[in-house]
Amino acid sequence: MRIHHYEKLWLIIGSLILIIFLSILAVQTFVLDMGPPSHAETIDPQSVRESELFANTGLQEVGDKEYEIAMIAEMFAFRPGDLEVPVGSTVHFTLASPDVTHGFKITDTNINVMVVPGHISKISHTFDESGEYLILCNEYCGLGHEYMANTITVK
Amino acid sequence: MTHASELPVLPKGKAADSGLTAGIPREDAILSAANLTIAFAALLFGGLAGLLQGFVRSGYLELPSWISYYALLTAHGVLLVLVLSSFFSIGYLYAGTSKVLGGLAPMTRNFGWAGFALMSVGTAMAAFFILAGKANVLYTFYTPMQAHPWFYIGLALIVVGILLNCVGMFITYQGWRKQHPGQLTPLFAFFSNAVFVLWVFASLFIAVFVVGLVIPWAFGWVPTIDPMIGRTLFWAFGHTLVNIWMLTSISAWYVSMPKVIGGKVFSDSLARVAVVILVVANVPGGFHHQILDPGLSVELKFLHVIQTFMIIFPSLMTAFAMLATMERAGRAKGVTSLLGWWKILPWSDARFFALIVAMFAFIPAGLGGIINASNQINQVVHNSIWVTGHLHLTVGTTVMLTFFAVSYWLIPFLSGRKMTKVLNRLAIAQTIIWASGMLIMSGAMHINGLLGSPRRTANTTYTGHEAAADWALYESFMAIGGMILFGAITLLIYIWVQLAFFAPKGETEFPIGEDDSKKDVSPLFMDRWAIWVVLATLSIAIAYVIPLADFVSGHNPGSPPFLMP
Repeated sequence: MRIHHYEKLWLIIGSLILIIFLSILAVQTFVLDMGPPSHAETIDPQSVRESELFANTGLQEVGDKEYEIAMIAEMFAFRPGDLEVPVGSTVHFTLASPDVTHGFKITDTNINVMVVPGHISKISHTFDESGEYLILCNEYCGLGHEYMANTITVK
Repeated sequence: MTHASELPVLPKGKAADSGLTAGIPREDAILSAANLTIAFAALLFGGLAGLLQGFVRSGYLELPSWISYYALLTAHGVLLVLVLSSFFSIGYLYAGTSKVLGGLAPMTRNFGWAGFALMSVGTAMAAFFILAGKANVLYTFYTPMQAHPWFYIGLALIVVGILLNCVGMFITYQGWRKQHPGQLTPLFAFFSNAVFVLWVFASLFIAVFVVGLVIPWAFGWVPTIDPMIGRTLFWAFGHTLVNIWMLTSISAWYVSMPKVIGGKVFSDSLARVAVVILVVANVPGGFHHQILDPGLSVELKFLHVIQTFMIIFPSLMTAFAMLATMERAGRAKGVTSLLGWWKILPWSDARFFALIVAMFAFIPAGLGGIINASNQINQVVHNSIWVTGHLHLTVGTTVMLTFFAVSYWLIPFLSGRKMTKVLNRLAIAQTIIWASGMLIMSGAMHINGLLGSPRRTANTTYTGHEAAADWALYESFMAIGGMILFGAITLLIYIWVQLAFFAPKGETEFPIGEDDSKKDVSPLFMDRWAIWVVLATLSIAIAYVIPLADFVSGHNPGSPPFLMP
């Protein structure tokens, strides 16, 4: 087996770029804590609606401009409905599905997480800019999927 | 390396007596043609579904009440992603292998026909339940959404049919090796075997999922199912399918393209190394579809990202080999200027033109793939219509244009006809129309995805929300692109029908490139697939043992079914 020296050069440069690229991803993930939402906690989908965790459905103020909310993603709505927080608020979302798989996406933010039945998903975001953000389901969940949306107003 | 210089040795017996079609036994040509026919029908109907989707999503069309947008979406995905790609890869690789190995073994034909029958029946069943509105679950059929139980039986038949075709290919490949001890298999056969090895890996994952988990649950014998196991097994299959298309496509780039441009294979050994890396490293790539899933740790996801990126290496090798092949072909013809070899490529030959446009499309397609798999960056694009745009660049443009290019020699090769000048010109026009349609549609999808528009969603304004208002313009571009593409499909079908039944009789070659230098021949152990299968199993184990053990041993409460609709 013989490797042309230009090809060697090309592959070495390519591999170096790949290693640098992966290192940047690693630093962002493990040092800057920018890793993807990966909460690991199970919940029986058939008990989501009755569970204590999701009983208190509303924004809970847990600190200065810091909120928690437990949301149920179900066919075809997010419960509770539309939300409102002051500018600069950090919101910690906890989500679960009592039925099929849903996606939780807020436009113009990086909030994007799968809500798979049997598991609890968590994701946080600080809303620095005012406006009415669209919350939508981005995983096909049945014939009413396109109606599954809410808003979060930041003012 | 013996493949190009060696005359095909026909197996003794029935095959040798029954006549040849352009260099392969007639039976092999018929088997191949049967597979291709279903693939082409799938393109027509899948493309039609895609056209209608474009109109619905952009608000130009309202569907009658008996069919939903999601039924069309399911049909589009199943027909194009599963049916078209599997039937085409079988039809093409069986024909090419028959050509380079001097005919398929009689047993291979039996397995081929049995597989063809199961796959056809399975396709018909799946299509029936989709159109009847009993399987609005999309081609990913994520549980606990549930379709009609017999829809899953249809899918299972397709998978079993594919597995029979794998066995068929292995019989011919290993049979040839036994009859030719000490000889390296021809490069094309090596590619074929690799594709079918990947098919086995892919099929095993989906078979465990569909037969082992979904069917018992769909018939009500088991009350619940674990959706996370389902997603994991599905994507181990789904991402492997992606590399099955790619490997099928690059077989034409590596083996046939050199012959088409009047050059030689750049390096047999490096081509095989690229193939082997693709086979060994491929399956764990499936996990990059689950970067935003709960229940998988950040560390595990990062491991999967690294494993996904191993695929970049063979892609870089391919990019180098393709350009080097083209340059050497030009130099051999006496070109001395720096880029003169580029100008003298056979641009007016549709076979080459479709191939090179396919290769160019792979540059943005591959870059998009790197973005999607980049761990936290996935959060920006996941499940947005950007991903749909990416798919239409990879499979829709790179793979499809390669398949079209292949069809321009494969169909006349099988039908004993010749491409005419007019058909060649139409095929070049078809390539340009297809690429423009995809550029418009996929470009609009990429932009809309970055603007937040979700994939797999029927037309909605989200009660007039301003974020959604920005998407309307690009949705119109998607519909326009879809129209152009459907026009290209009708032109393509015209060309295919001409090549199959009406073009003038004659002999068309199945282009198989020769090696540039004997020094580049692979060592014999490259043909020992046991090594690569063990290594691939190891790489799968590294990725899958921890999460699957975690899910299975788990405290994971199962999900009851939710019937769609």
